[in-house]
Amino acid sequence: MTDILADTVPRQQPAAALTPGIHMTDAANKRLKARYAAERRFKLIGLAAILFSLAALVILLTTIASNGFTAFQQTHIRLDLQLSAEQIAPVGTTDVRQIMQGNYGAVILAALQKKFPEVQSRGERRRLQALVSAGAESQVGRMVAADPSLIGQSLSIWLPTSSDIDMFVKKQVDTTVPEEQRRVNDAQVRWIDSLKASGDLELRFNTRFFTGADSREPELVGIWGGVVGSFYTLLVTLLVAFPLGIMAAIYLEEFAPKNRWTETIEVNINNLAAVPSIVYGLLGLAVFIGFFGMPRSAPFVGGLVLALMSLPVIIIASRAALRAVPPSIRQAALGLGASPLQVVLHHVLPLAMPGILTGTIIAMAHALGETAPLLMIGMVAFIVDIPATPVDAATVLPVQIFMWADSSERGFVEKTSAAIIVLLVFLLLMNLAAILLRKKFERRW
Amino acid sequence: MRYTVTNKALLLAGLAAVAAFGLAEPVAAQQARDQIRIVGSSTVYPFTTTVAERFSQTGGFKAPIVESTGTGGGMKLFCGGVGTQHPDLTNASRAMTKGEFEQCAANGVKEIVEMKVGFDGIAVALKKGSTPVNLKREDIWLALAAQVPVNGALAPNPYKTWKQVNASLPDWKIEVMGPPPTSGTRDSFVELVMDQGCKGFAEIKAIADSKARGAACAKIREDGAFIEAGENDNLIVQRLASGQSGVMGVFGYSFLEENMDKLMGAKVDGVEPDADTISSGKYPVSRPLFVYAKKAHIGVVPGMKEFMAEYVSDRAMAAGGYLEKKGLVSMPKAEMEKVRSQVLGLTNLAM
Repeated sequence: MTDILADTVPRQQPAAALTPGIHMTDAANKRLKARYAAERRFKLIGLAAILFSLAALVILLTTIASNGFTAFQQTHIRLDLQLSAEQIAPVGTTDVRQIMQGNYGAVILAALQKKFPEVQSRGERRRLQALVSAGAESQVGRMVAADPSLIGQSLSIWLPTSSDIDMFVKKQVDTTVPEEQRRVNDAQVRWIDSLKASGDLELRFNTRFFTGADSREPELVGIWGGVVGSFYTLLVTLLVAFPLGIMAAIYLEEFAPKNRWTETIEVNINNLAAVPSIVYGLLGLAVFIGFFGMPRSAPFVGGLVLALMSLPVIIIASRAALRAVPPSIRQAALGLGASPLQVVLHHVLPLAMPGILTGTIIAMAHALGETAPLLMIGMVAFIVDIPATPVDAATVLPVQIFMWADSSERGFVEKTSAAIIVLLVFLLLMNLAAILLRKKFERRW
Repeated sequence: MRYTVTNKALLLAGLAAVAAFGLAEPVAAQQARDQIRIVGSSTVYPFTTTVAERFSQTGGFKAPIVESTGTGGGMKLFCGGVGTQHPDLTNASRAMTKGEFEQCAANGVKEIVEMKVGFDGIAVALKKGSTPVNLKREDIWLALAAQVPVNGALAPNPYKTWKQVNASLPDWKIEVMGPPPTSGTRDSFVELVMDQGCKGFAEIKAIADSKARGAACAKIREDGAFIEAGENDNLIVQRLASGQSGVMGVFGYSFLEENMDKLMGAKVDGVEPDADTISSGKYPVSRPLFVYAKKAHIGVVPGMKEFMAEYVSDRAMAAGGYLEKKGLVSMPKAEMEKVRSQVLGLTNLAM
């Protein structure tokens, strides 16, 4: 950046001393000055444009980071649960269904009341219970179901707090407003302070955010469901679009005769690359779901739709990469007696591969961030289970972000930003892979 | 040597693609579903998803898949026919229309169970600490309509401040952030506020053609006084909270309830928006919410009956239940009992 500024200093006028003449008149000097000024202005405007976009990027990233980083931690309460047989199931029960139906709410409430014996009234008890997340009951239930020998034992465990408490502990709630307009009342503030003092309430790493799937409770959400959905979707996209794209590119570039037909195809491929992605979603809805009867919300269908979307981009990138291989390589191979197919497979394609892969990875990164076409095929949905196969219902990362951004609960604000951070990390990794591939294998002639 | 490796990789990729296409065949055959599928309104979506999650935690069934397609889009999918490729339930932020009911019947969906699940209010909110205001629906219409009566004839809206609309209101510039026309909240706002607000004006009554009259009532001004803030209500909340006082926002009541430390609701026709006034119908900008179930799928898709029972249970929809925490305004007790007996008895919807 410093040499840009240095260049704006007007240059010396070397010719001046030698031949005083028409270029040395006052009018000429003035014109020269005006030209330098114009150049300086142009450079300044260019610099301003770069600084502006950099500033916008920095603001975006810092907002997301500052909003999202708190989501990687979650407030937890340590409770000593008495898993009594009366409240859950007789000792020795192994039936999962029966164990899951135990009254874990009562178990948790009893543990809370042991910490705060002064709580008596119904309303206060409800507020005390509201400290702990609504999902804690089923979490304890699953633990007991996994290890039925716990029945009748006592268990010291860290449980997530409700999102309201979490927001309060993270200081994202305005405590100066009157009590009745706050979602955390004075009694709860007192309890939180005493729990904090005794070390039973603290911010811990939010593992669930990286291992869980969607939920309606902000403290229970996780992105793993979205990550797996994105993985299956992109896998199908890659398996379909990559070979098809390369084959089309090789044929068009190396074998197809140059005539009106191939020209039309070429123009159409370029046009398809510019078609808005939602159109591919409509196409997918009509063809894959409507005509072939494939299931809604499946990553398999999503992958096919995104494959159609990225095909033109991959074809264009592959053709450019093939074209960049110098003709001398082809001529040399042909001259030594290789068949045209051998020329392509043994020489041209390997040399063009880095460029093709770069184009493919960038198309994949684009597909990773896509939501609009998936809206049409039902992948914008609330799905609690992590998909096990590409035909199970699933969402993808950007859809997850979109849905959380639309939720009214305060706790989703930080979760949205955190999910954006995760998505950006994946995009950066993919772009990094593209750059490394190019650096490692690129050849210059 | 690298060349041959690349060749093999290429071949493998090609084979995999063929395999992927081959997979499409078995998928195409309709399999039985072990998971409930729900479509429909984005307003009911947060409540239905909450029930879905609780249902999966305790009931021993897989969690239903809930899509947010909008009320109209949901009805279209729901009424598409009977069979596992069609959804089992649909959310609606208004009652099913006669046209939709007939469409359903024409496609074989003859038996439908209606579940009224509660109420949703639309709040007109201000930044906390602003002067409390009482807006009449006529005032809101005069402030926001594209064409308003001026000297006995309809003319482009000349009002710049609320004081010009009604002398008893503060001298604030008219600046209202609200949902775009694609949103269900916008439909309800137009229906409950704009259409009602315009009724009293002689100039509107004078329009003979009912369609033109409706359009004159519903058209919202586009000169910058009404700002379409996109479907994201959280964005409106943030902009209200950080903006100057006097700017108003229109969104679902649950967003106001969630942000009472930053925002306050404006009275509409003298009534404050809160859970009581909305469920009793006193607060004028409120609407009932519905879920419709396809009777033919009961027994085919596992868990249908249990899911519906969970939705109308006390722990879900009654006052103090978990849906109330999500912003649903519950029905009065007597009405809830009636809905519950209809749903559990699988009473058919008739029109």
